[in-house]
Amino acid sequence: MSSYAIRDSATMLRRNLLHVVRYPSMTAGVLLIPVFMMLLFRYAFGATLGAGIGTGTGGYINYLTPGIIVLAVSSASVSTAVAVNTDMTEGIINRFRTMAIARVSVLTGHVVGSVIQTVAGAVVVTGLALAVGFRPTAGPAGWLGAIGLVVLLAFACTWVSVALGLLSPNPQGASNSPLPLALLPFLGSTFVPAQAMAPGLRWFAEYQPFTPVIETLRSLLLGTPAGDKPAIACAWCAGLGVAGYLSSRALFNRGAGHSQ
Amino acid sequence: MTQQNPPLAVLASGLRKSFGGKTVLDGIDLAIPAGTIFALLGPNGAGKTTTVQILSTLIPASAGEVRVAGHDVRTEPDAVRAAIGVTGQFSAVDNLLTGRENLLLMADLAHLDRKEGRRRATELLERFELTEAAARPAMTFSGGMRRRLDLAMTLMIRPRILFLDEPTTGLDPRSRRDVWQIVRDLVASGTTVLLTTQYLEEADQLADRIAVLDRGRLVAEGTADELKRQVPGAHIRLQFATQAELAAAARALNLDGPGTDEDTPTLRIPGDGSAKSLRALLDRLDAHSIEATGLTVHTPDLDDVFLALTGHGN
Repeated sequence: MSSYAIRDSATMLRRNLLHVVRYPSMTAGVLLIPVFMMLLFRYAFGATLGAGIGTGTGGYINYLTPGIIVLAVSSASVSTAVAVNTDMTEGIINRFRTMAIARVSVLTGHVVGSVIQTVAGAVVVTGLALAVGFRPTAGPAGWLGAIGLVVLLAFACTWVSVALGLLSPNPQGASNSPLPLALLPFLGSTFVPAQAMAPGLRWFAEYQPFTPVIETLRSLLLGTPAGDKPAIACAWCAGLGVAGYLSSRALFNRGAGHSQ
Repeated sequence: MTQQNPPLAVLASGLRKSFGGKTVLDGIDLAIPAGTIFALLGPNGAGKTTTVQILSTLIPASAGEVRVAGHDVRTEPDAVRAAIGVTGQFSAVDNLLTGRENLLLMADLAHLDRKEGRRRATELLERFELTEAAARPAMTFSGGMRRRLDLAMTLMIRPRILFLDEPTTGLDPRSRRDVWQIVRDLVASGTTVLLTTQYLEEADQLADRIAVLDRGRLVAEGTADELKRQVPGAHIRLQFATQAELAAAARALNLDGPGTDEDTPTLRIPGDGSAKSLRALLDRLDAHSIEATGLTVHTPDLDDVFLALTGHGN
């Protein structure tokens, strides 16, 4: 039945997008944190932080935006995990399992749907950032690279959240388990450079996956020096994505509804 | 597998399932001819749902051979899935989609072309009296409507073999009769149905053959009549105003031990309760001028069968 993998995935994708269109509150809710953080740091803390980092008052929004875009991607994990978990705990998943369809389509439908949603969220956040003073220096190549990186990160975060959604016993659990992932950009170079942090935290910030991603995005959009960060960022995204995909597949194939 | 006539829709032999050391199915054998209704009857926890889950490729068996539509559920699950439809006791509808969208989703997954899918959806909505609700999200449906939608979704894919796991549990009597009628219509058009139920009446009403499942074992199998015959006890009860009349009646009917096990003087007379035997009995009493105050005919129903076979009530 693998010949139907693409057709079935497209059907499942349509189903998931229909959910989003019909119940947009969950998607909109996901953007609350990044948007709130952006406005808070732009208007409340921006002047002080900008002066401290040395970006100047107007420059802090430029420093901040790449991190906020990454935060928008990582926060979407929560809604992905909840959507997957809700789906798995409802009867319809067992219907899909007893139909002659490509099994993976259930998951690919979720993943592609979530990536579209997440990237759309990142676009909204970027638009808002431009409205409040974000002035990137990137040319077409830079923008293309930035879009590619955001999509790659979205795939990685989504596969990990799908696995977390499959692993959780109920939707409440599924809304909590991706929180460490969703909040990780806070402990990275979103608001201030890692060098400005206390030693322990600084070590963590430098080695966690989101810092190289944020630094790469910053470099793509603003032309800051990137060093080896792009390679590390891509490796992290690929690693997280593959780990998420493999665990999701194993969890999904382990049998009938785990909630029973 | 040897050639069977008529072909078997479901064949299971030595089917076992245990979950973490707890045996749920302990060696089940089933042979369901195509085009028939087979009922798996049993109390909660007997293993009915587990059986359906194994037959429908949802969970693997611990041991035993299972063939559905001629295919091994373990080695050819997709061939099995292409032949079956499943409606479980837990609603398998997409709550966020409308009734019609749910059906069109099934059409897409069954790889029907668009026009055919739309035509079938409209037809099924009408047949299941869901046309008016078709544009509403399924989450607003009542229990009966949801079950009908669930069944309609299963029928979108035109299954040759239909598994219905407690299809009427929790439904009101009218919805239950609707589901029964749908099942009868399906079988008339050639579908094979395996249904599980804890309602004896449902098995009696619908099934060609009934298997009684208790604690993971089949304790009986046969037609409803065959099962009823396994339980003795068809009898006529006559009530009398006084013990004296009872004794007189016993003498008149040549019964030596008038079984009066109740407070009111009651005579139990073995018999099938046919009109002829009843008339003969009453004529005899008339001839002796004895008047019975009450008469009841007791025939064993599946409840008696169930109680006798499982040693506990449902």
